[in-house]
Amino acid sequence: MNDGILIAGLAGILFSAAPIVFAVMGETLSERAGVINLSMNGTILLSAMGGFTVSLATGSLILGFLAGAAIGALVALVVAFASIALRQSQVAVGFVLTLLCRDLSYFLGNPVMGQSGPRLPEIPIPFLSDLPLVGTLLFRHDLMTYLSFVLVFLVWVFIFKTRPGLELRGIGERPAASYVRGARVDGLRYLYTALGGALAGLAGPMYSLSVKAGWKGTISGLDGIGWIVLAITIFGGWKPFRAALGAWLFAFLQWLGLVLQPVLPGVPSQVLQVAPFPLMILTLLLVNVGDAEWVERALARLPEGSRKRIGGLLRGLRATPPAALGTPFEKD
Amino acid sequence: MRDRRLSRFAFQAGGVLFALLLTTLVLVAAKAPPLAAFANLLRGAFGTWDVSANVLVSWVPLILVTSGLLVTFTVGLWNIGIEGQVILGGVFTTWALRLLQGSSLDPTLILVLAVLAGMAGGALWALLAGALKTFGGVNEIFGGLGLNFVATALNLWLIFGPWKRPGVASMSGTVPFEPRLWLPTLTPESRLAPASVVIALLAVAAVFALIQGTYFGLRLKAVGRNARAAYVLGVPTWQHLLASFALCGLFAGLAGAMQVTAVYHRLIPSISSGYGYLGLMVAMLVNFNVVLAAPVALFFAALNVGSIQLPMVLRLDSSLAGVLQGSLVLSVILAKGLMERTLGKGGGEEPAAAAAGPEGPGAAPAADPPISPNSSPEAPR
Repeated sequence: MNDGILIAGLAGILFSAAPIVFAVMGETLSERAGVINLSMNGTILLSAMGGFTVSLATGSLILGFLAGAAIGALVALVVAFASIALRQSQVAVGFVLTLLCRDLSYFLGNPVMGQSGPRLPEIPIPFLSDLPLVGTLLFRHDLMTYLSFVLVFLVWVFIFKTRPGLELRGIGERPAASYVRGARVDGLRYLYTALGGALAGLAGPMYSLSVKAGWKGTISGLDGIGWIVLAITIFGGWKPFRAALGAWLFAFLQWLGLVLQPVLPGVPSQVLQVAPFPLMILTLLLVNVGDAEWVERALARLPEGSRKRIGGLLRGLRATPPAALGTPFEKD
Repeated sequence: MRDRRLSRFAFQAGGVLFALLLTTLVLVAAKAPPLAAFANLLRGAFGTWDVSANVLVSWVPLILVTSGLLVTFTVGLWNIGIEGQVILGGVFTTWALRLLQGSSLDPTLILVLAVLAGMAGGALWALLAGALKTFGGVNEIFGGLGLNFVATALNLWLIFGPWKRPGVASMSGTVPFEPRLWLPTLTPESRLAPASVVIALLAVAAVFALIQGTYFGLRLKAVGRNARAAYVLGVPTWQHLLASFALCGLFAGLAGAMQVTAVYHRLIPSISSGYGYLGLMVAMLVNFNVVLAAPVALFFAALNVGSIQLPMVLRLDSSLAGVLQGSLVLSVILAKGLMERTLGKGGGEEPAAAAAGPEGPGAAPAADPPISPNSSPEAPR
């Protein structure tokens, strides 16, 4: 394989991972605030269908993306309302919305199924795109892919370097303490859940107007991506850069499956396509297993050197969720 | 007390009405005639004896998975991996039938063995998710989901690979088994096997007896309400979590076995048909009440069957059934929340028992403390 093809492949990975990056950043913000938006899979499907339909009807890409963001925010607000105001289980509401939004997208998307619509254009950046290797890799993408790079950095700066970011971490870790310091915990949770939902809602049109252009109903190939987003959020340990790395890794594995298909004719394509999923379980296992006591005891029996190395590795992989994740905040 | 019951009913009725309103709005948005759509949905489910029999055909796997899920919900687990457990049930049943169909054993015995194999397959897959949860700290939602995708791939691989039809493999599944290996139907044309309905009814009864009438069921509830307290009081936590996974897997595997032996008579790519996820919805809608599960599952099955003819008659997508089901569950959850807000927590007659499911450890997927062997601070080192 020559360099050109390899670089084009890697550029394709960054391109196809962009929607996942958006959704993972959204879910990271939402979960940092203490709200799990489990509806990701439905949100992405419904916003993909909605964004495509709006874009097709108006001929405007911008309106398509705005529609996607609005749908995502709206679905997220239902989760927030049910859990914050009504004290219902976030998992239950999120799961129902996952299925409801999926069926809604198939039902309402029926008339536009299979039609060809507008497509996000590639915008090569002058001069930079002519650079050898890096030019193709980083500077010949569409606007949303560029934004996906910027977004990771922005979210990181916001969470770890700004005062509102500190407050965000506070309401997810110790809501009571934040409340005492004057943070409006419930209001902020609404805000960040809606913001996170809007970011995830942008992922839908990124698929239907760019990465997998068009709306093809049940065979759009988008069913399942939302679950991957939720898993990558955990893998990312609620840290933007690590989460983005997870998204790119996932896209790389999918690409690898495609590339390996002709090389391994004995393995049916279905098996290679799901290769990321067992790996997802494995990474979640690695991320979590360090907490299990039987692992600690097993480590204690190992000789000093390897114990330190394996223990250090597991600690490095370990991800600790925001302490108040999934729990409603009671003022008293 | 009477007032409370009345307002409780008012909230629930309001929830159902809201769901109907929501679905009507969706229909209007799709420029479809709402009344005609609802009428067709009903006619498609109860119009003739044939379609009504199909409702029962669809009810059997649905109530089987719901019964199983009530066990995992009792300990507060979200067994989303149930879809894969149904698939493995189908795979193991097919495997046993393929293995035994050439033997001289009595067909009835072969069928019994195949169904048992399916149950074992479902339980095995469930135990995998359970082991990931209890020993690896992998939340059962994500472990289960990953395993669902793996099960789908395994199923497709078998159908297109080792078990493919002679000549060309296709989405229509493996070669059908001989009629002597089918669960007998009422008439040769019917798809309804009475034995499968009896098995489903027995399953509901078994789960009811298990949860309401046994010491084991009581301990499951204790773990679901407060795992740590149960542990301190001497109920071994992780053993009960694993046991509930295995039990649920048995029911899911049985559902898969029924799909192979009674409905399709072969293994098909969509052998689970989304019944696992639908079962989760039913369990939530009935608020984890075993007695209500059977009729509500029947209603959901009717919606599924009724929606099949929508594309032909009204040019509407059959996912309308899912829209109505989803709206119903969402509205009922929201109505429950509103009720608790206005009437105070436990605004009904059964306070905590019914809520055991959603508020157990599963309520916080990413955050719940992994209840792994000896991970409780009280555990002996």
